[in-house]
Amino acid sequence: MKYGYYPGCSLERNAIAYQQSTMAIAKPLGIEFIEVEDWNCCGATEYFAIDALAAYALVGRNLALASQQKLNGDRNQLVAPCSACFLNLYKTDHYMAEDNKLNANVNEALAAGGLHYDPGTVKVRHLLDIIVNDIGYEAIAERVTKPLFNLRVAPYYGCMIVRPASIESFDNPEYPTSLDKLTHSLGAEVVDFPLKAHCCGGHMTQISENTALELIRRLLKNAADYDADMIVTLCPMCQLNLDAYQENVNKHFGTNFHIPVLYFTQLMGLAFGLSANNLGLGKEFINAKPALDKISSEPLKKQRRKKRPPKETLPMPTMPEES
Amino acid sequence: METNLQTSRTPTFYDEVIRDTPGGDPNLEMCIQCGTCGGSCPSGADMDHTPRNLFAMINAGMKEDVLRSNSPWYCVSCYYCMVRCPQEIHITDIMYTLKRMAIKEGLYRESSASEAPGFSETFIHYVENYGRSFELGLATWHHLRYHPINAIRMASTMGLELLRKGRMDLTPTRIKNMPQLKKILKKAKAIGGTT
Ligand code: SF4
Ligand code: SF4
Ligand code: SF4
Ligand code: SF4
Repeated sequence: MKYGYYPGCSLERNAIAYQQSTMAIAKPLGIEFIEVEDWNCCGATEYFAIDALAAYALVGRNLALASQQKLNGDRNQLVAPCSACFLNLYKTDHYMAEDNKLNANVNEALAAGGLHYDPGTVKVRHLLDIIVNDIGYEAIAERVTKPLFNLRVAPYYGCMIVRPASIESFDNPEYPTSLDKLTHSLGAEVVDFPLKAHCCGGHMTQISENTALELIRRLLKNAADYDADMIVTLCPMCQLNLDAYQENVNKHFGTNFHIPVLYFTQLMGLAFGLSANNLGLGKEFINAKPALDKISSEPLKKQRRKKRPPKETLPMPTMPEES
Repeated sequence: METNLQTSRTPTFYDEVIRDTPGGDPNLEMCIQCGTCGGSCPSGADMDHTPRNLFAMINAGMKEDVLRSNSPWYCVSCYYCMVRCPQEIHITDIMYTLKRMAIKEGLYRESSASEAPGFSETFIHYVENYGRSFELGLATWHHLRYHPINAIRMASTMGLELLRKGRMDLTPTRIKNMPQLKKILKKAKAIGGTT
């Protein structure tokens, strides 16, 4: 399967482990990623705060390049591994389709650079989406040669992946399960912790560190309360916040968390029996090795553990339909 | 006789907020003040006003108070409120609109989040000149400007560790067709009236 690929700035450096492991698992899964030529930064959550049209045009350039470069023949799908990039690309395409004025303005700006984009031409998807929905849990389980038995993994979704601007998403925005099922198909024990789709604070580490540290502390504590050996993420910023700021949290609150935070692609690679060197292991601040050493060749007997209270998505009040 | 109220009077603050929020109608007039948004917000505790509060204030035309509030700057864009709002109000997008208005009016300086726009501006500086974000430069400049002591701490601990692990660059990367991106952004600013 061929896909267009938009790595985003983080994957070139800070999240190099995510990039390496994504490329490493693509091969056994039969995925080919074709990177958008000369893509630019999507502006993260910053550009929209300063200049709306420039922000949409900035993202629009990437969409225009992706459609022009015909990365994937007629099935023009663009995959982004970073939740923020995914949301920006997805939302820009969607809002251009909804809002004629925005569409005209973005295209007028793009025309100054000789580009054009028709909304709907490129289908934007998150990496996790294509892995669980196009490849599928069964095909993944078949590739597993070294199951992650006995490793307790807390799947952390963060916010943006399941909440694309209140439009249809591939998983439940309140109680997502795709990463849980994926983790399960690798043989690991899934830790269903209540804060799995809560926000880690995003850029608050730069703006108000106290606010950010409290949000990160809550997530770490929640995962620890449910006996997680590690947290697995799907977004470079989530990984950075939970991993690199963990020591700051410990200093600030006098806590003693040591929960490694890996990318789901790294765990997939390990379960597929790929070499740790090709998966970017060791780039994390909180060393993942002690947790990975817990993996046993046989599934151990399950212990009784704390279970989260059952919580289906509650129905939300809506306006009565007019008859 | 048909008169169009929308065009015959000067736009109120409320109209301006709606007008400046792209992506279709943000449904702001539909807010029923239920409070679901504030209850869902991860930053709610640190905000001067919850989104619900802000919307009531916008309705009441309290422009200066709204634009002086730290709330939009504490919004981390997590979209929790937006998926839960029973009225499908584009809350997160309105927060972005309020940020832009607060910068335009200069009122953010009086809020407790007065350095937040500086962070966004530094970020954008790299994007506009290189086409890519540059984490090392971003964090360093931001801290040098607002927390000189932190800049040293950051450079000596986390920054060094990121460098050592090959997770940070010493120089920014530049995209190939920078002139094209500059033309696009310049045009966008001209259309948006922000140059
Ligand atoms: S969200 Fe972050 S990583 Fe993604 S392109 Fe934007 S700045 Fe780069
Ligand atoms: S959880 Fe944090 S880093 Fe992850 S998507 Fe949300 S704001 Fe971004
Ligand atoms: S959740 Fe929606 S309707 Fe309820 S107060 Fe917030 S914005 Fe208004
Ligand atoms: S999008 Fe902003 S306002 Fe809404 S819940 Fe998240 S942080 Fe709060």
